[in-house]
Amino acid sequence: MDKTLTMAPSVTSATSRLEAGPQGKRPRKVLSSRNIIVYGLLGLAALYYLLPLYVMVVTSLKGMPEIRLGNIFSPPMEITFEPWVKAWAEACTGLNCDGLSRGFWNSVRITIPSVIVSIAIASVNGYALANWRFKGSEVFFTILIVGAFIPYQVMIYPIVIVLREMGLYGTIYGLILVHSIFGMPIQTLLFRNYFVSLPEELFKAARIDGAGFWQIYFRIMLPMSLPIFVVSMILQTTGIWNDFLFGVVFTRPDTYPMTVQLNNIVNSVQGVKEYNVNMAATLLTGAVPLIVYFISGRLFVRGIAAGAVKG
Amino acid sequence: MNANVSINKSNSVSIRELSLSFGSVTVLENLNLDIRDGEFLVLLGSSGCGKSTLLNCIAGLLEPTEGQIFIKDKNVTWEEPKDRGIGMVFQSYALYPQMTVEKNLSFGLRVAKLPKDEIDRRVARAAGILQIEPLLKRKPAELSGGQRQRVAIGRALVRDVDVFLFDEPLSNLDAKLRSELRVEIKRLHQSLKNTMIYVTHDQIEALTLADRIAIMKSGVIQQLDDPQTIYNRPRNKFVAGFIGSPSMNFLKGELADEGGKPVFKTNGVTFSLAGYETSQPLTAGRKVTLGVRPEHIQVDGDIAGEVHEAVVEIEEPMGADNLLWLKYAGHTMSVRIGGARRYAPGTKVRLAFDMTLASLFDAETEDRI
Repeated sequence: MDKTLTMAPSVTSATSRLEAGPQGKRPRKVLSSRNIIVYGLLGLAALYYLLPLYVMVVTSLKGMPEIRLGNIFSPPMEITFEPWVKAWAEACTGLNCDGLSRGFWNSVRITIPSVIVSIAIASVNGYALANWRFKGSEVFFTILIVGAFIPYQVMIYPIVIVLREMGLYGTIYGLILVHSIFGMPIQTLLFRNYFVSLPEELFKAARIDGAGFWQIYFRIMLPMSLPIFVVSMILQTTGIWNDFLFGVVFTRPDTYPMTVQLNNIVNSVQGVKEYNVNMAATLLTGAVPLIVYFISGRLFVRGIAAGAVKG
Repeated sequence: MNANVSINKSNSVSIRELSLSFGSVTVLENLNLDIRDGEFLVLLGSSGCGKSTLLNCIAGLLEPTEGQIFIKDKNVTWEEPKDRGIGMVFQSYALYPQMTVEKNLSFGLRVAKLPKDEIDRRVARAAGILQIEPLLKRKPAELSGGQRQRVAIGRALVRDVDVFLFDEPLSNLDAKLRSELRVEIKRLHQSLKNTMIYVTHDQIEALTLADRIAIMKSGVIQQLDDPQTIYNRPRNKFVAGFIGSPSMNFLKGELADEGGKPVFKTNGVTFSLAGYETSQPLTAGRKVTLGVRPEHIQVDGDIAGEVHEAVVEIEEPMGADNLLWLKYAGHTMSVRIGGARRYAPGTKVRLAFDMTLASLFDAETEDRI
């Protein structure tokens, strides 16, 4: 107590105990070569990715006469939402002239069940592989991983036959089944690695406490794995929503997902190329993954980095 | 000698001819161990010696390849962990992070679908014993290391079991907390009188807590005895060197006969073995190692018996004790003396060895003679 009292004046007094010269935090130049390089490169990269998006947004808001002038970078002189309305509700694909809306709802009906089914199964798979080592679990895991590296094209024809035999070919359910199965290897790997990173003693403690396979899964593991579920959900949603190959192979025109419909709109050969409608349609199709990412992006990063933080 | 005692008292845990191997790696081999009712048994060994593996086998978290495990005279070899009547405390606490302390304590009871008032009663009792009542509504992340380990012990406590298993419970704590909780675990054992099996690599924990210590090396129990016996009469050189810090001084030499009495000779000096107890004949010419603990060597003062002279090389004052490193007959030896007695390097000192507390090991087998 005494000491602090006698010390106090000397700190506040004008005759500071510090010597002249560098003191405290080192000042940093804003325009250092390091900053210029870092921000310059980041700026360039951002520009590279954002410029096409800018062109698309701008073009989709212009009327066709204005587009024919050819100034693709100039902002619209007269903003019109006509192309967006047309892309959503009026554009023709084949016989149907109800725009992308049909494809949108098809995609929703395909994506939601596929995501739920694949995540539900993959998380249980991953949990079993991580915590309940059974005879042959390593072999099973290896087979699953190899599955992730086989190009999809190789399997398309056999799957067409299998779906035909099951009576699911051309239906939404067939596509859901295909998406669920093809999401399995990478999703299982994701969940397994996450569950392996959780402390093993937690699992042991739960077993001592008498919890069984499902009780440990639902009451111990699930509450601890929100980040990885979000990551998995984002990967699956964007992956399935953006899928074109399976959509075009396994469905029929009235069950086409949005991506296939988009292709049919953009690549239709009759009549005038309506660039504004095409741009609007593309933006509409890409909006869903974009929105999903913006909403859960923070959790996404947290989930990817989850292993770094000790549970 | 302990085998005789265990027949009279009932065994709480019995391990019979237990073997465990992962593929081609054998971790435990033909291990036998009887743990008495209410006993505090410490499994001590360096990492990789199989002590935690053995504990996991007792808990039912690992399946043995061969052998049987009995808990309370019931063969539990094929039983689930929850049906074995055990509670376990882990090194990393292993508290469920999303549950409050109260939920952590009651999880096992809720899984077992016990009535609500019974759960509340047991949680309150455990919280009372461990003095964690104020923490009941908190999450594990809001607790300090010591508090977390208390909760982990509480989780074993509420299960109302016969046998407690501790897997290096204090290793994640800092030195001060470790010694505090060590006393607390001992107090807990004294009041509960449960059987406790405690795995550690810390010899201080082993010596202070144990009724009996089982020292393990490569899956084999080297010695199973009370701490006093382990310390003063180690069965082999490994045990002698493992227990004690600084470790025992080992002098290589051979036995000889001098005037009809056995002596120990090394590098030209002779030690009388008067007072050394052994059932084996001390035949002259046998190659042996003499082991003497640093605190069993007297320095200067009114020392009794045979006197040797040595030179102080290094002095390590440690407060209560003072550790001298001496050069004697080509050997470097450590000697522990009182903290107040100081010696400058180079000082000549007189030594006397207490042969009643020394150990002789065969140079070949490294077993105690």
